[in-house]
Amino acid sequence: MKLITGNAPHLRNNDTTAKVMIDVIIALIPALIGAWYFFGFYAFFLAILGAIFGELFELFIMKYLRKDKSFVPNGSAAVTGILLAMNVSPATPWWIMIIGLIFALGVAKHAFGGLGMNIFNPALAGRAFLLVSFPVTMTTWYRPALSFSKWIDVQTTATPLAILKEKGFSQIDVSYADLFFGNRAGSIGETSVLLLLIGFIYLVIRGRIKLMIPISYIGTVFLLSSIFYFINPERFGTPLFHILSGGLMLGALFMATDMVTSPMTPKGQAIFGIGAGIMTLLIRYFAGYPEGVSLSILLMNGFVPLIDRYTQPRIFGEVKS
Amino acid sequence: MRLATFKGGVHPPERKELSKDIPIQKAPLPEKVIVFMQQHAGAPAKPVVEVGQRVKTGQIIGEPGGFISAYVHSPVTGTVVEVKKISNVIFSAAVEAVTIQREGEDEWELLPHGDFEKFSNEELIENIKKAGIVGLGGAMFPTHVKLTPPKDKKIDTLIINGAECEPYLTIDHRMMLEKYEEILLGIKIVKKISGVKNVYIGIEENKKDAIDLLKEKWKGQVIVVPLKTKYPQGAEKQLIYAITRREVPRGGLPMDVGVVVQNVSTMFAIKEAIIDGKPLIERGLTVTGEAINKPGNWWVRIGTPISWIIDNLGQGFKDGIENVKVLMGGPMMGIPINKIDTPIVKGNNGITSLIPEEQKGTFCIRCSYCVNVCPMGLQPYLLDLLGKKKRYDEAAQIGLLDCIECGSCTYICPAKVEHVKTIKLAKKVYRALRGGRK
Repeated sequence: MKLITGNAPHLRNNDTTAKVMIDVIIALIPALIGAWYFFGFYAFFLAILGAIFGELFELFIMKYLRKDKSFVPNGSAAVTGILLAMNVSPATPWWIMIIGLIFALGVAKHAFGGLGMNIFNPALAGRAFLLVSFPVTMTTWYRPALSFSKWIDVQTTATPLAILKEKGFSQIDVSYADLFFGNRAGSIGETSVLLLLIGFIYLVIRGRIKLMIPISYIGTVFLLSSIFYFINPERFGTPLFHILSGGLMLGALFMATDMVTSPMTPKGQAIFGIGAGIMTLLIRYFAGYPEGVSLSILLMNGFVPLIDRYTQPRIFGEVKS
Repeated sequence: MRLATFKGGVHPPERKELSKDIPIQKAPLPEKVIVFMQQHAGAPAKPVVEVGQRVKTGQIIGEPGGFISAYVHSPVTGTVVEVKKISNVIFSAAVEAVTIQREGEDEWELLPHGDFEKFSNEELIENIKKAGIVGLGGAMFPTHVKLTPPKDKKIDTLIINGAECEPYLTIDHRMMLEKYEEILLGIKIVKKISGVKNVYIGIEENKKDAIDLLKEKWKGQVIVVPLKTKYPQGAEKQLIYAITRREVPRGGLPMDVGVVVQNVSTMFAIKEAIIDGKPLIERGLTVTGEAINKPGNWWVRIGTPISWIIDNLGQGFKDGIENVKVLMGGPMMGIPINKIDTPIVKGNNGITSLIPEEQKGTFCIRCSYCVNVCPMGLQPYLLDLLGKKKRYDEAAQIGLLDCIECGSCTYICPAKVEHVKTIKLAKKVYRALRGGRK
């Protein structure tokens, strides 16, 4: 018999990084099934492709480029792949998805040092890369094709946010109920607020979410858009519309809350959420793009080290000065 | 009712059911004891016996090596067979130790004793010092020093620590159930010495039987405070906060907020010394863990080799176990021994034998769980990062020295980051470089 030593504590819980990632994937499943329902099987297929290719590509990077023989897949690349798929148009060619994922994992994640070291959310960085590389594909949207067998025949349309920007609030052709249930044009995983919320509740129950981020993010969008609503309802739209449309729910619930790229303390998370909320509306109201969620989150990702530095928790027994 | 507690903390599996219902039994006397000259915080004691010398049970074999130090006594009657330095895992240094071969039953050498009311406070403190009593909760701080605070510190509250938040360990629980009369006498002695008004005992609510018993038996004398079952509820600063809402200032001591904290077993030892004249040569401890055959609570002489305890009290390791981790203390803060014949010391409240399991981790994924559970309000992930990068001054600025090494961060971490290992090392290096606190 051998005496083993080691470092205290000698009792560890059985949580692992992989379990965290699996929980995130489980939370995304309702929205993915919704994507299948609204946009057809191909949309769902893109997410599966993203998950599988993401894991394989990361394995390749770790074994052959970073030469880490002991690497064990942990599911984080699959999460990135699924989230990237959820952030693209339902008719995006599969090879464009792959290019975006190679950028997300190769550049945004592993060039920065890999899991835990990346400053920017890899999936959003991949989306931003695709947006500038394939602007037409990335901004061509489709009506939900409930009755169509092939997505190619589906009619293209503008997203509700684009209609708001170009024509005004009164021209929007979808109801709040459509926005809530997901019956509208948009990215694969962003349209159904209901299904995203179901996944979110799962993450809250499992304790996998930095709760202050969605609260402050969505809260800021609601309050700020209320002010703008009173200034000019036709141009700026209603607060409820801003919360339910675009990628806000997907962004606030699943992208901004990415553990690696968000602040560590509730105070910091609140600042992060408020910043992202303000930026989102500024882009929606005044910038060239109709939607600003992913760019806002990327911008705030860059501020995280600074936010963390200035929002350190109070140490027990620290004398208030 | 809302239970008293602190911010942060974790809920590790308690595993107290292994031994919590087994009464404390007196262990037979070991054939040989190895007594360290350092079994207390502060300077090591100086051995005052020679090889070949016959010693009685309770005879002084080591004298204090400084103001913060303690007497050491022979736990058995026999002959000194060896005095040499051997490695002590608790202080991770080689320390002088006296090996005594037992010869027959105890022949006691007792201290002056009797009704404590007859002694002056000075005499009581002197007797506590002569009895070699140290904090038996694990920190092993000499009790006589703790009981003589500087004149400018007004102590108004005595807190008895019966929290026993460390998983597996049940000795304090058993002590409260079986020795409450003796413990109360110890409390009365300390109350007389320190002149405090308020006396509390904090007990985690998972020891409901002890809470109910003490509420009844100690009625009107000690206020029993049920505490939320949460680790590290028994950590000194967290216990004081839970019961009094007072925060010990950073770098300060409990006396800075008018509190002195004592463990239940220490109270028992004080009673034994003052009323029966017995120096601290034995204590209760829990012998437990999945790797041994028979968990239990035992009354054991200090200096008994752990190998003897496991073979004779724990009935050996279970069959078919290849690797085993034997800890002095419980699993959260216990120290693994590297030699199976390592002797127990005054601060040992348990011997926990675990079957080790390997867990492979990843880099920190910034989940912020460690920040949420840290009872000291620190950022363990950042301390770990700065420690690994040898940026000790920055680590000290964000509270390196405030860490109480409870291990909550490392317990909860999904990435299996070893914060406590890094922090312990960083503290050591920082203290060596900068000397004490900043």
